[in-house]
Amino acid sequence: MSQVNALSIEDLSFSYSGNKALDHVGFNIQSGECTLLLGPNGAGKSTLFALITRLYDARSGRIELCGFDIKKQTGKALARLGVVFQQSTLDMDLTVMQNLGYHAALHGMGHKLAKQRIQQELERLNMVDRRFEKIRQLNGGHRRRVEIARALLHKPSLLLLDEPTVGLDVPSRQDIVEHVHRLAKDENMAVLWASHLIDEIYPDDRLIILHKGQIKATGSVDEVLQQTGATTIKDAFYALTQGAQG
Amino acid sequence: MKILHYWRAMWGIIWRECWRFVTQRERFVSALVRPLVWLFIFAAGFRSALGLAISPPYETYILYEVYIVPGLCGMIQLFNGMQSSLSMVYDREMGSMRILLTCPLPRWFLLLSKLLAGTAVSILQVYVFLGVAWCYDIRPPLQGYAWILPALILSGLMLGALGLLLSSLIKQLENFAGVMNFVIFPMFFMSTALYPLWKIKESSALLHHLAEYNPFSQAVELIRFALYGQFNQHAFIYTLAAFIVFMTLAILGYNPSKGMMTRKGGGG
Repeated sequence: MSQVNALSIEDLSFSYSGNKALDHVGFNIQSGECTLLLGPNGAGKSTLFALITRLYDARSGRIELCGFDIKKQTGKALARLGVVFQQSTLDMDLTVMQNLGYHAALHGMGHKLAKQRIQQELERLNMVDRRFEKIRQLNGGHRRRVEIARALLHKPSLLLLDEPTVGLDVPSRQDIVEHVHRLAKDENMAVLWASHLIDEIYPDDRLIILHKGQIKATGSVDEVLQQTGATTIKDAFYALTQGAQG
Repeated sequence: MKILHYWRAMWGIIWRECWRFVTQRERFVSALVRPLVWLFIFAAGFRSALGLAISPPYETYILYEVYIVPGLCGMIQLFNGMQSSLSMVYDREMGSMRILLTCPLPRWFLLLSKLLAGTAVSILQVYVFLGVAWCYDIRPPLQGYAWILPALILSGLMLGALGLLLSSLIKQLENFAGVMNFVIFPMFFMSTALYPLWKIKESSALLHHLAEYNPFSQAVELIRFALYGQFNQHAFIYTLAAFIVFMTLAILGYNPSKGMMTRKGGGG
């Protein structure tokens, strides 16, 4: 029996007033896999995330989360999804607990279960001591940790992270990179991580290189190196996105 | 289980909105000061300039301050509806709206919950205002305070739905000033909040028609009659119909396949 993909995208295209942001994009992600979506600014990463989370409607192509069509079975699909957006989506005037409690309520968790899950995720991220602090009082790294804890509260099968380390210092970045890789392994969770930072890649990660709305390469790190004939991912990335800015 | 999920999510949204309102002290004070300025200063000055004939629901001659109170209750809800709309645009720009829209519940339900939350906040403000007005010797019959609740729920929903609709149309926060000039002020001044319809008719037939068809006028009349223990059927139907129209358009506006969301664009 074949395993159901945590995320399956088929022939996905999307345009903003005539300008193609995504052009016939397709790939699969399985449980336990950490997949890095690499691409320069404007490659279409955020558009792809907006389509997977159904903030935008995919007019052509198909997106399935754990076998559920995002268009036809939106509720079931979104219940299996945890998201960390590029921009912070926390409420600055609420405490860590209140922000997480709000998310738990949106996912239909009862008070007891919510409290237990919040405790569990905050412990995992060493944030229990900060739980009664307002988000405004936390630094960038801690805010990101809270967002990751929030995305995991309802135990999703697929975790989407849209450049979650942007603007963080090196230790905070490393913490987050390590934590997410551990999650994929320990929890058998599928992770799709959008980034333009090559040093966030682990050797056993899978890669998707997106440029100008098209997939330029996909596969394991070794496979991408083979496809491009490059010796490092950095060289492969530049070869595939040559002429792109930033 | 599904019903429990809906229930918890709705309470989560309402709780968050009420908590934010209570903790944002400046917002609380300014929401209260605005109608009080109208009541204590504007109404006091206008008292002698404006003679009011006996007209339903009033059974005797009343002071201008008494007349203006239901209109000010409506004003609180109008401003609150627009404030909610402003916070929706802000949330969308700042990203926190995404958390709401990516939770596994239908979008119409999330918007309705958001609307109920905004309405709950506005009702809280109205009752505090009525409490202050009571101290100022404006005392409608006691049962009026209970009768007014369903009227406030409907008028709050209608004005909130209008705000929601506007928030789906407004692309950027900066454009919000336009809403003040083109929606709030005309709606407020072209209504029965400050002067009765027959008084408007004396000065302009066109203004009279505009005020008569203004849904805000109907909401104010619904509140006015309820405060005196009477049911204004025409105002009720009109306000309900306006709510249904605004809400349907707002849901369409926030629908990813039909609405404006896809046209707003996005980053990288």
